[in-house]
Amino acid sequence: MILYVTVTETPNVAGAVETADVASHLHPVGSFDVAAHPIPSGREEIWRFTPLKRLRALHGDAVLQPGSALFRWNTPEGVRAEIVDGAEAREVRGVSGLVPNTRYAARVLAEAPTTLLVDVPADVEVGEPILVDLTGRDATTAEAVDVVLRFGRHSRAVVVLNHTGSATMAQVVEVSVDDGAEVSVVSLQDWADDAVHLSHVEAAVGRDASYKHVAISFGGDVVRMDSNVHYRGPGGSAELFGLYFADAGQHLEHRLFVDHNEPRTRSNVVYKGALQGDGAHTVWVGNVLIRKAAEGIETYEQNRNLVLTDGCRADSVPNLEIETGEIEGAGHASTTGRFDDEQLFYLQSRGVPEDEARRLVVHGFFNDIVRKIGVPALEERLMAAVESELAKNVTAEVVR
Amino acid sequence: MSTLEIRDLHVSVDTEDGPKEILKGVTLTIRAGETHAIMGPNGSGKSTLAYSVAGHPKYQITSGTVTLDGQDVLAMSVDERARAGLFLAMQYPVEVPGVSVSNFLRTAKTAVSGEAPKLRTWIKDVNTAMDRVKMERSFAQRNVNEGFSGGEKKRHEIVQLELIDPAIAVLDETDSGLDIDALRIVSAGVNRFKENGDKGVLLITHYTRILRYIVPDFVHVFVDGRIAEEGGSELAEKLEAEGYAAYVDAPAGAQA
Ligand SMILES: Nc1ncnc2c1ncn2[C@@H]1O[C@H](COP(=O)(O)OP(=O)(O)OP(=O)(O)O)[C@@H](O)[C@H]1O
Ligand SMILES: [Mg+2]
Repeated sequence: MILYVTVTETPNVAGAVETADVASHLHPVGSFDVAAHPIPSGREEIWRFTPLKRLRALHGDAVLQPGSALFRWNTPEGVRAEIVDGAEAREVRGVSGLVPNTRYAARVLAEAPTTLLVDVPADVEVGEPILVDLTGRDATTAEAVDVVLRFGRHSRAVVVLNHTGSATMAQVVEVSVDDGAEVSVVSLQDWADDAVHLSHVEAAVGRDASYKHVAISFGGDVVRMDSNVHYRGPGGSAELFGLYFADAGQHLEHRLFVDHNEPRTRSNVVYKGALQGDGAHTVWVGNVLIRKAAEGIETYEQNRNLVLTDGCRADSVPNLEIETGEIEGAGHASTTGRFDDEQLFYLQSRGVPEDEARRLVVHGFFNDIVRKIGVPALEERLMAAVESELAKNVTAEVVR
Repeated sequence: MSTLEIRDLHVSVDTEDGPKEILKGVTLTIRAGETHAIMGPNGSGKSTLAYSVAGHPKYQITSGTVTLDGQDVLAMSVDERARAGLFLAMQYPVEVPGVSVSNFLRTAKTAVSGEAPKLRTWIKDVNTAMDRVKMERSFAQRNVNEGFSGGEKKRHEIVQLELIDPAIAVLDETDSGLDIDALRIVSAGVNRFKENGDKGVLLITHYTRILRYIVPDFVHVFVDGRIAEEGGSELAEKLEAEGYAAYVDAPAGAQA
């Protein structure tokens, strides 16, 4: 079925712009109308790093077929999780206030046959993580996947979206966090080597609510995830964390946009990545906009990249746009460094063999971010994933 | 019983203007049970000697030999040297973000002894080693040397010395940056290590103060990449009184 979404007023986004500079590239005007989004050429600011040729036309007019991906999830007590379609799907799409700013996101909202809806009612504290497995089974057909995560007032929950297998997937994940809720959404991209994945995550954070999004990307040929946040009231807090590990030939791109459109909101962004092998390419673009209304906000964003071998490229672009002087604090940091030989020497001088020393240093690099995820069951799995990435490289030449 | 033999060692570093010779023929033998002190002006090459023996990749050995009980040390990788029984307490210990002291110590001990230490006795050993140098036990949970004060880093080196228990220890200015009490505490740690068996110690220092606690059998004066004079512990007293002027101003090669 084809789903049509009517364009409605979106006071959260458009209405909050109080300055005249709506032309700022940090908050382009979106549209639900697919035709309003020309097919990107690659020269656009938001597409300039992405290898469009490898997207299998997912950014353009790829035929979106009924999906190959298999969905499986658990439903802990108090949670409703199901696939909806028709009127119900229509009703939940746009619940985050998302107005697509890309053609692919507009197409997902218009064309995805179903929506995976996870509902956590008000005041429910979910005792265990809600695990959603999305297993791709075919990369030769393109598919649209729509996910809506709704968290009621004062609810508490953790959702893990686990992407594995082979797929060519355009995805929209909408997250609605009502007032006072405490929510974590972890998105794991553990794809097979041939996967292509474009994903737009849009979160609306309610008054005094806290939202944590963790993007973890290991696998796939091209993965591009936009993790966006805006606020529905004062006092909301967003933590956007990311961990990625790119191998030879892989393109892993993480973009985020925090729209401080409400007073006394907070955001903290930490993305860490490692790169190894010829043609490994990572991109991090951190856009933070502090609107005129957003007095007393606090924001900090950082991106750190660890380059393990020659032939890699890490792009890191923090953007901070401030429209009010009345803020508590705003800052950013970005570093891209080669493997530190002094650390290696120190560990080796204590008898630790080189490969193990190297592993310790990389573990150490990721350690703080893994701890921030706050899902103990995942920590071990992540460290194991880092481990197996490193194992791939034993024979590759390392940076000296 | 171990012997470290350094023979006519020449070492260069790469600079923008090509290789620059730092060590210009160093010969030194450290036998088990002996404590050697090296003193010398800033920039004379003392740390270069220590790093070269440990195998830091920055230093190119252009000629000479280093052997440990006849084994070719220069042919070994850095970690092999450590496992063979060499230990270097560094002048500037390195910070390793995200790696806890406790994990680091256990990994090092496991690597050097070839098997994981028994958990129960290990925790006790670590606590004892830390207590002895008056390092708060909470340091075990902190990242290696990250945010440690100068003196805390040096104490941490001594904790490692005690736990790893090598055959030959090279201590590069372990006494620098220590307060008066810490100097006594660290010296006691080195003396305990020495009493633990027949150990060789090479102590690089600028101050005779530490030599009152750790009494050297031999003192070497290091000037411009060479040993300019050798003697017993009385030589340290002489240096304290007269400084290095006699050596620095003398023409190169004027050895005692
Ligand atoms: N990359 C380099 N380029 C040029 N000179 C170098 C380089 N690395 C080291 N040196 C020089 O080598 C010399 C020996 O340095 P080293 O650290 O061994 O001295 P040191 O005797 O330990 O001094 P200190 O008492 O200050 O610790 C110094 O003059 C130093 O500047
Ligand atoms: Mg020195």
